[in-house]
Amino acid sequence: MPEDKMRRGLEYRSFVRKKIYFLIFLFLFTIVVFLLAIALGSSSVSLGRVLRTLFGHGEKKDSIIILSIRLPRAVTAIAAGFGLGIVGCVMQSVLRNPLASASTIGVSQGAAFGAAFAIIALGGGMMSAGSTGAQLNVNNPVVTTLCAFFFAMVSTIFVLCLSRFREINASTLVLAGVALSSLFSAGTTLLEYFADDVRVAAVVYWTFGDLGSTFWKEIIVMGTVVVFAAIYFQLNSWNYNAMQGGEETAKGLGVKTQSTILCSMVVGSFTAAVIVSYIGIISFVGLIAPHLVRKFVGSDYRYLLPAAGLAGANLLLVSDLLSRLIISPIVLPIGAITSILGAPIFLWIILKRGRH
Amino acid sequence: MIHAENVNFSYHTDESVLKAVCLKEEAGHCIALLGNNGVGKSTFLKCFNRILRPDSGTVLVENLNISKASRKEIALTLAYVEQHTSSGRLTVYDTVLLGRKPHMKMTPSEEDYAVVDNAIERLHLTDLKLRYTDELSGGELQKVMLARALAQQPKVLLLDEPTASLDIYNQHEVMKIAAGIASEDNMTVIIVIHDLNLALKYCDRFLLMHDGKSFDYGDVSVITSENIKAVYGVNAVITEVDGNKIVIVK
Repeated sequence: MPEDKMRRGLEYRSFVRKKIYFLIFLFLFTIVVFLLAIALGSSSVSLGRVLRTLFGHGEKKDSIIILSIRLPRAVTAIAAGFGLGIVGCVMQSVLRNPLASASTIGVSQGAAFGAAFAIIALGGGMMSAGSTGAQLNVNNPVVTTLCAFFFAMVSTIFVLCLSRFREINASTLVLAGVALSSLFSAGTTLLEYFADDVRVAAVVYWTFGDLGSTFWKEIIVMGTVVVFAAIYFQLNSWNYNAMQGGEETAKGLGVKTQSTILCSMVVGSFTAAVIVSYIGIISFVGLIAPHLVRKFVGSDYRYLLPAAGLAGANLLLVSDLLSRLIISPIVLPIGAITSILGAPIFLWIILKRGRH
Repeated sequence: MIHAENVNFSYHTDESVLKAVCLKEEAGHCIALLGNNGVGKSTFLKCFNRILRPDSGTVLVENLNISKASRKEIALTLAYVEQHTSSGRLTVYDTVLLGRKPHMKMTPSEEDYAVVDNAIERLHLTDLKLRYTDELSGGELQKVMLARALAQQPKVLLLDEPTASLDIYNQHEVMKIAAGIASEDNMTVIIVIHDLNLALKYCDRFLLMHDGKSFDYGDVSVITSENIKAVYGVNAVITEVDGNKIVIVK
């Protein structure tokens, strides 16, 4: 009976609708933070002027500040934050490890080493004036990104091999990530030791993390990669749901677990590598974004993925705002701000796990 | 119908875990896989839905050759509930809905919701359907996993020690449901189980395994003191209470 059919899953569907409302709220919140990130800074612009400028009716001075400096910066924060959020979320699923993210398992550090190698050894970048006082222009983004991706994959393959062993638990995997990060940091130090002063300074500034070094060309590349990754991950959301019950359960539900794990990690590592090669290492965003929204949407990846992406975008937008406002007009490195915000939350996650 | 023929399997070592194990049965039976720890019961179960790929031998389920079938085809034919089960922080409804994964594309259809609702009602989980599974007791969680397997609408249900770590009430609840599924849905249910008396009460076919081989197979008549001595290495007497056979270890 049609009436009977209408009642099917009714309670559940209304329960799910609350998650969709939460996503809409998060999306609107992101727009508000995005507008604030554009309005606030060393020279504040009212929200009205921001909106007028964004719709092409602003004054010339506002247009320069907003369209040339703050808008690319805010869009970069959204693209990179969203990307890191969904990558962290997927890594936590396929590795079945709540402490996994690009920066905790050494993928970002591998990418950073690869990019530093491209900049120093292959002449992939040069210095110029930038928002943190100096900035790196990546001359050859293809080589830099490919090098970053290659070394990110070295970390990924190592972590995948480790996670195959049953006795490796969540904490051990993160410890392995610490070891990998140290290894790549040592490699970066050695590269810097043999490089000339200009290139060393370039790499050092770049590793601070800087949202001001991207222009529309880079933003389009990064944004495209993040959008494709988001679509790929969203199409696999049922697979990630099934994998929460373990690999055998997922296989029993028809999931090709090996290829799902491998492809997700490759897409995730590539996305992280592209983000790292353009803006440097941004720690903790990928790790904490999924945990911040899990309380509201649970672990249903159909909703957790977009929520984690939006949480990541907000974290990076707020971090960027703080980095520009704390001792304005000096812009603090965004990587330091995300670490200051993220470290206590990371500790809270570890303590919460310990209690369980 | 299920037909496993000469199934051999070894892990990375040279020693075979399964040695030419055979099992052939019509639909509608509840089959207990019995034998000591490490004899290969769970391994045999996993060979059925190719979680483990046998070294040789064939497994046919309703004419579907499992070794050649796709993952989706296998999931449409066999449902599997593993021993230590969890589903992360998903609600009961989400978890049961996962059973529809092999049937649906991106979003659940009205039919998917109907099947899930039926499975939830059948296992008396209606009051729990919006609770998160990590808040449930062991017995409740096992019922959720059975509901998920039911929602999969398979032809064969594989249960790996479904009563392990459950209290007596829940052991009987779970076994009653499993036996009910076999008889009411004309489904083949294969259960790895250690409790011989639970198996005797709810199952109607028994595969005794010893040293990686099928030692004996058949109805309740294969549960004899001699077979128990040979398979488990213990002396036992078989007696009857209210028409049910029970095993008492001496």
